[in-house]
Amino acid sequence: MRYAIAFGRFWYGFIVGDDWTVALGVVVALGLTALLAHDDVTAWWLLPLAVVVLLESSLWRARRRK
Amino acid sequence: MRVEILFLAAFLACAVEMLEALTIVLAVGLTRGWRSTLVGVGAALLALAAVVASLGPALTVLPLNALRLVVGGLLLAFGLQWLRKAILRAGGFLSLRDESAAYAREREQALQAAPERRAGVDWYSFTLSFKGVFLEGLEVAFIVISFGADGRHGVVTAAAAAAAALVIVAVTGVLARAPLSRVPENTLKFAVGLLLTSFGTFWGAEGAGVSWPGGDVAILGILAFLLLVSVGSVSLLRRQPGPARTGGATAGGS
Repeated sequence: MRYAIAFGRFWYGFIVGDDWTVALGVVVALGLTALLAHDDVTAWWLLPLAVVVLLESSLWRARRRK
Repeated sequence: MRVEILFLAAFLACAVEMLEALTIVLAVGLTRGWRSTLVGVGAALLALAAVVASLGPALTVLPLNALRLVVGGLLLAFGLQWLRKAILRAGGFLSLRDESAAYAREREQALQAAPERRAGVDWYSFTLSFKGVFLEGLEVAFIVISFGADGRHGVVTAAAAAAAALVIVAVTGVLARAPLSRVPENTLKFAVGLLLTSFGTFWGAEGAGVSWPGGDVAILGILAFLLLVSVGSVSLLRRQPGPARTGGATAGGS
């Protein structure tokens, strides 16, 4: 059990890291992109824009914590 | 072009992870002896080969768009973490990773640990080298397997890049018999963060049903766009007093 928890923590730290809002934002952005693409709306711009917003907001939070 | 960028991304990511594993292996091997350390390295490499051999082919039988959506999302979350830390380091808000300091810390701990032999193996050396290589290697395995989002040749290209990185880092480490502190590790991490985020954006959007203008060439456009944004962010951070420049930051992981 101890190893399973440690393994889970390793993967959480590896994929999600110390700002979980980025991972959540990625899921939301991918979902919105899929919805737009499903309705035949041009959606290629959405994910790069979301990446910039997520990155800058995460940097802003990190800067405020220091 | 796409294969070349994919190879470069996998090579750089694997080289960075292997540099960190090499620091641990060298510190333990040079301090406590090589036999148990190398047994640990061998066991970790076998375990990693088993992970890639079992999961790699399994992923290639999944529908490509579903695979790209999942892998794109994972690469984006993972790549953004790397990029964020690299920007904070370059901007002076996190201290730079120093392989010489990491080596000195590991060496000190290895010297102080009591000898504990089981089945003729120094358990401390075995465990530390196994953990170092396996955990850093899992990140490499994740990258190699996730590049299966580019089809079967994606895994092959990434595996070849990982093998090349392993050979180059291992041979250089053996020749130098010291941590490779002159390698610009923090710059490499910046490049890896950019490349992983670019591939994550490209595959994630494709998996969600988007057609990129220009097809594969869009990867270069995404890369250039993210490079501009990242360099701009570093420049903004450098204009402010950062704790790493005033001695208050702590070193982070990858």
